[in-house]
Amino acid sequence: MNLHEYQAKRLLAEEGIPVPRAIPAFSVREAVNQARELGGPAWVVKAQVHAGGRGKAGGVRVVHSIAGVEKTAQELLGKPLVTAQTGAQGQHVAALLIEEPSSIARELYLALMVDRAQARITFLATREGGMDIEELAATRPEALKKLVVNPSTGFLPFQARQLGFEFGLDTSQVQQLTRIMQGMYRLAQKLDALMVEINPLAVTSDGRLLALDVKLVMDDNALYRHPESDELFDSTQQDGREIVARQFGLNYISLEGNIGCMVNGAGLAMATMDMIKLHGGEPANFLDVGGGAAADKVTQAFKLILSDTRVKAILVNIFGGITRCDLLAEGIIQAAAEVGIHLPVVVRLEGTRKEEGMALLRESGLSLISADGLTDAAVKAVAAAQG
Amino acid sequence: MSILLSQNTRIICQGFTGKQGTFHSQQAVAYGSRMVGGVTPGKGGSRHLDLPVFNTVADAVQETGAEASVIYVPSPFAADAIIEAAAAGIELIVCITEGIPVHDMLMVKHYLAGSTARLIGPNCPGIITPGQSKIGIMPGSIHRPGKVGIVSRSGTLTYEAVEQTTRLGLGQSTCVGIGGDPLIGMSFVEVLALFEADPQTELIIMVGEIGGRMEEEAAHYIQSSVSKPVVAFIAGSTAPKGKRMGHAGAIIDGNAGTAAAKYAVLEAAGVHCVHSPAELGMRAAALLSR
Repeated sequence: MNLHEYQAKRLLAEEGIPVPRAIPAFSVREAVNQARELGGPAWVVKAQVHAGGRGKAGGVRVVHSIAGVEKTAQELLGKPLVTAQTGAQGQHVAALLIEEPSSIARELYLALMVDRAQARITFLATREGGMDIEELAATRPEALKKLVVNPSTGFLPFQARQLGFEFGLDTSQVQQLTRIMQGMYRLAQKLDALMVEINPLAVTSDGRLLALDVKLVMDDNALYRHPESDELFDSTQQDGREIVARQFGLNYISLEGNIGCMVNGAGLAMATMDMIKLHGGEPANFLDVGGGAAADKVTQAFKLILSDTRVKAILVNIFGGITRCDLLAEGIIQAAAEVGIHLPVVVRLEGTRKEEGMALLRESGLSLISADGLTDAAVKAVAAAQG
Repeated sequence: MSILLSQNTRIICQGFTGKQGTFHSQQAVAYGSRMVGGVTPGKGGSRHLDLPVFNTVADAVQETGAEASVIYVPSPFAADAIIEAAAAGIELIVCITEGIPVHDMLMVKHYLAGSTARLIGPNCPGIITPGQSKIGIMPGSIHRPGKVGIVSRSGTLTYEAVEQTTRLGLGQSTCVGIGGDPLIGMSFVEVLALFEADPQTELIIMVGEIGGRMEEEAAHYIQSSVSKPVVAFIAGSTAPKGKRMGHAGAIIDGNAGTAAAKYAVLEAAGVHCVHSPAELGMRAAALLSR
């Protein structure tokens, strides 16, 4: 789960990490009030969206008057912000952060993440902050410093000293860096964070370290032990169908194509999308109904797919392991009765109780296109979508 | 021969008396797996499915000589269960549970680094040596004893590869679902090493997916140390960046972890790559008939 900049900065500040003075605003009026409270002569108005690339997209603006704050808030709030990371439809702006500008001498990059290969919490840092870190990793990997945290000891101050002196910070700044890294480590443990990224970590012209922008990602699998995550969750940043899917325990991701997919298992769901593309079609979604899919889950999955008006055909691809094909077939029949399916549906069933499932579908009188094997299913679905 | 699991392997189940544990233990017994008991704290001394129930894994190991354990306990308690099994001397731990927090798995991985126990999973279908024994949730009926070793990050895609190799008469030596999480126990490399050393395995099918660098590490290992032919499919060529595709581990971070990058490294290492999972079996059959 992604957090907004304003939420992440509040959490960092609680760990003693210095952040610029700033107040979030959820309306134009609030934006004006917060700007007055912070005092001038200038303000940074920052759109709060779960996507990077805000600066270049006009989502971060420096203004020099209260009227400027008001105008900028009017332009940003309630509208989508399209950045290089959002896709064409953009990300809805429901909140702004009104911030005091900082005088910056230099910028660093500092991030805590989970290194999958080593199974360790790891800090990544560069002396060049604010830039595209992925590009840097690809072009000049030697510029990226990596510090691995030993789980037995936790993060130790010497690691921050090593990094700070190497980056040319003075003794006072190295002490600040130590406190910042300790705070990030504590926060990651406390919140079950998968990533705490400060980019840039500024050195101000008066020599202070300051977290100018922050990205924080919490582990979805650990949210059960963080009741506070309920209020940190922002539904405006999610696709509507993805929110509905989550309520029914379905794994759904909206895509751009016109073939709706219903599959069991994440790997097979991905492979089904790949097969559709391989045979000249475009998937409308990723949808994993999960193991042991019951009839009402299947019904919900159909409703979800049908709520996407771009969908021209549906491909059901099930390999029954725990999932029984006959129960799944009942789900399809129930869904057809409940919601009425007027689009061509290609069904491929394999595995546990395949024959019983196919028999149920045949006897149901529904006009389904049955497929034998993965390739046949993909080819038939692509043909059906082309009408 | 086979790898990791045979008809002699003595197996217990953690989360034995729960719904999942009960159902899949029944299936395992029916398949011929040597289930010797189970663990449910507080129910020690009772019997379930005509097998003894123990309060702790240590008790179960002492009484039954169990060597392997399968874990069906819910995700908040699964890390504790894995470490309990390792601490009790279980050699092969198979964790089916999905949704274990990453920070819990960091702890598990740290503990296991100092232990001889092997972990398969979590978030996996388990392991099966066809005709002998199965530990996990895969449908036993689609498997046949044979010569293809299968290792996969995905459950249902493993079944696809199994169904195809069975239909083509190749059969399987052992099939290992290593799991779809970002932090898992055995990696592709560790399983590949076992298949390479196993005389029954003549060819290896490897099913990877987007996210992480495990396929890249496998490619390097195959190039240097695997003499048997390897056929590979990578799921997620069409997956968008930055979205978790069902599996917690299936996410493209920035430009890293894409299917295209993985295919490129695997091709360069001499792996026989297919771009459709429907071709896994045919490609394997063609290579074996050469």
